[in-house]
Amino acid sequence: MKLIMAIIKPFKLDDVREALSEIGVQGITVTEVKGFGRQKGHTELYRGAEYVVDFLPKVKIEAVVGDDLVDQVIEGIQKSAHSGKIGDGKIFVSTIEQAVRIRTGESGDEAL
Amino acid sequence: MEGQIFQLQYAMDTFYFLVMGALVMWMAAGFAMLEAGLVRSKNTTEILTKNVVLYAIACTAYMVVGYHIMYDGGYFLKDIALDGAASAEALTATVLAESAKAGFDGGAVYSNASDFFFQVVFVATAMSIVSGAVAERMKLWAFMLFAVVMTAFIYPMEGSWTWGAKSVFGMYSLADDFAFKDFAGSGIVHVAGAAAALAGVLLLGARKGKYGPNGEVNAIPGANLPLATLGTFILWMGWFGFNGGSVLKLGDIANSNLVAMVFLNTNAAAAGGVIAALIIARLLFGKADLTMALNGALAGLVAITASPDTPTPLVATLIGAAGGVLVVFSILTLDKMKIDDPVGAISVHGVVGMWGLMAVPLSAPGTSFGGQFVGLLTIFAWVFVASLITWYVIKMIMGIRVSEEEEFEGTDLSECGMEAYPEFTGSRGSGM
Repeated sequence: MKLIMAIIKPFKLDDVREALSEIGVQGITVTEVKGFGRQKGHTELYRGAEYVVDFLPKVKIEAVVGDDLVDQVIEGIQKSAHSGKIGDGKIFVSTIEQAVRIRTGESGDEAL
Repeated sequence: MEGQIFQLQYAMDTFYFLVMGALVMWMAAGFAMLEAGLVRSKNTTEILTKNVVLYAIACTAYMVVGYHIMYDGGYFLKDIALDGAASAEALTATVLAESAKAGFDGGAVYSNASDFFFQVVFVATAMSIVSGAVAERMKLWAFMLFAVVMTAFIYPMEGSWTWGAKSVFGMYSLADDFAFKDFAGSGIVHVAGAAAALAGVLLLGARKGKYGPNGEVNAIPGANLPLATLGTFILWMGWFGFNGGSVLKLGDIANSNLVAMVFLNTNAAAAGGVIAALIIARLLFGKADLTMALNGALAGLVAITASPDTPTPLVATLIGAAGGVLVVFSILTLDKMKIDDPVGAISVHGVVGMWGLMAVPLSAPGTSFGGQFVGLLTIFAWVFVASLITWYVIKMIMGIRVSEEEEFEGTDLSECGMEAYPEFTGSRGSGM
């Protein structure tokens, strides 16, 4: 089992969700987050005074999938969240040791 | 038959006055929304509290003593229900005699109670101007104490010299000696409110973090521009009552037409103000700054208020547009001088109000630049000095500024103990 964590642009969330559904991902967790990457925020203007917005709003997606789906999921997110402009985000993959489905007590891949 | 027509005219003019007054009352909502939109969310509850309470204080203080100072209406308005008659039975006959004396086309005859109602909402407007300029750092109760003095005494005094037609401390009369004209109160209401605000801001100081040590001006963006825009539209609408009602009479052809012209010119000036302010903001900043466009609308309205009855629609638009240009430069200049005004009230109502007064001779016969200047100086000097003393005394007694920590936490918590948007805190009972 792998945890796929992706930071994407908020307006790409629907596209990513659809792509993951098609691949067969059973569930995802979405969090609204703020942060900066190489882009380092941007400047805005208010009543003639410029100010720097250091942290930009992003969406964090987390999905735990079986090992057989990992490559497809990474490719699906990469394609659906891609706009080609600066700030498209990143995908991180890590190993999950155990998963338990609370209602039924199933564990491992069965729980996903 | 003539008596019945006079009764109808009295009814129409009173009704008109009351509806116009209700429109001006609604401006209190406009100020509340505008200010709530242009402060940070942590100061929203406090600014809303200030706005609703200052309205109540203005109504009460003006009823108790203000109206008497300004118009000799009696302390506590004790005989206002008789409308000038000796007894309740004599009411109709007395008013009819008054109407017959004035003539159908003469001066307006309306209920004194409607006059009080129309006047009192102007007092509240003047006080509303102050709350935005001192936002985000002033103690709530210090502000309320000032509101009592402003609405019971400072405003009624200068009002008595202008609309009340009394002499200034027995020295000179603005109307008789200088032909001073301020139709609906560019000076009497707006410059007065701004002068009181300026005095307060000077003693209060800027919000923490607004100005850097090397002269940099930091932006403190308002929390809710939809509310600020709604507030501006409400003020724009209320202004039809503010200026339209100041004709004082609807009940004959000449005056009906004049009321319509005042509505038209008021609207035209606001439109001119928006366009001019937005273009100037675009030229100066490279972007279309909504808050400047909103200030531009109000600047146009303030500018035309001193004489909405005389200019042509084109001239009214230009007077408003000049106000819109002026307000943008004024906001930038005040920031350079480190006079921190979160909503731009001193620029919109003060600087542009002065422009409105000085623009009167452009269209109003019988007025002069010199006479207007004397009136402007009288109002500004009185309100500024009286306010400065009042603020200073309040500062000595109880302090006017919240502590640095309270300012950081937000005045919602320190003054009201309540947040405007509590669902973000995730406390029990808020549904999270």
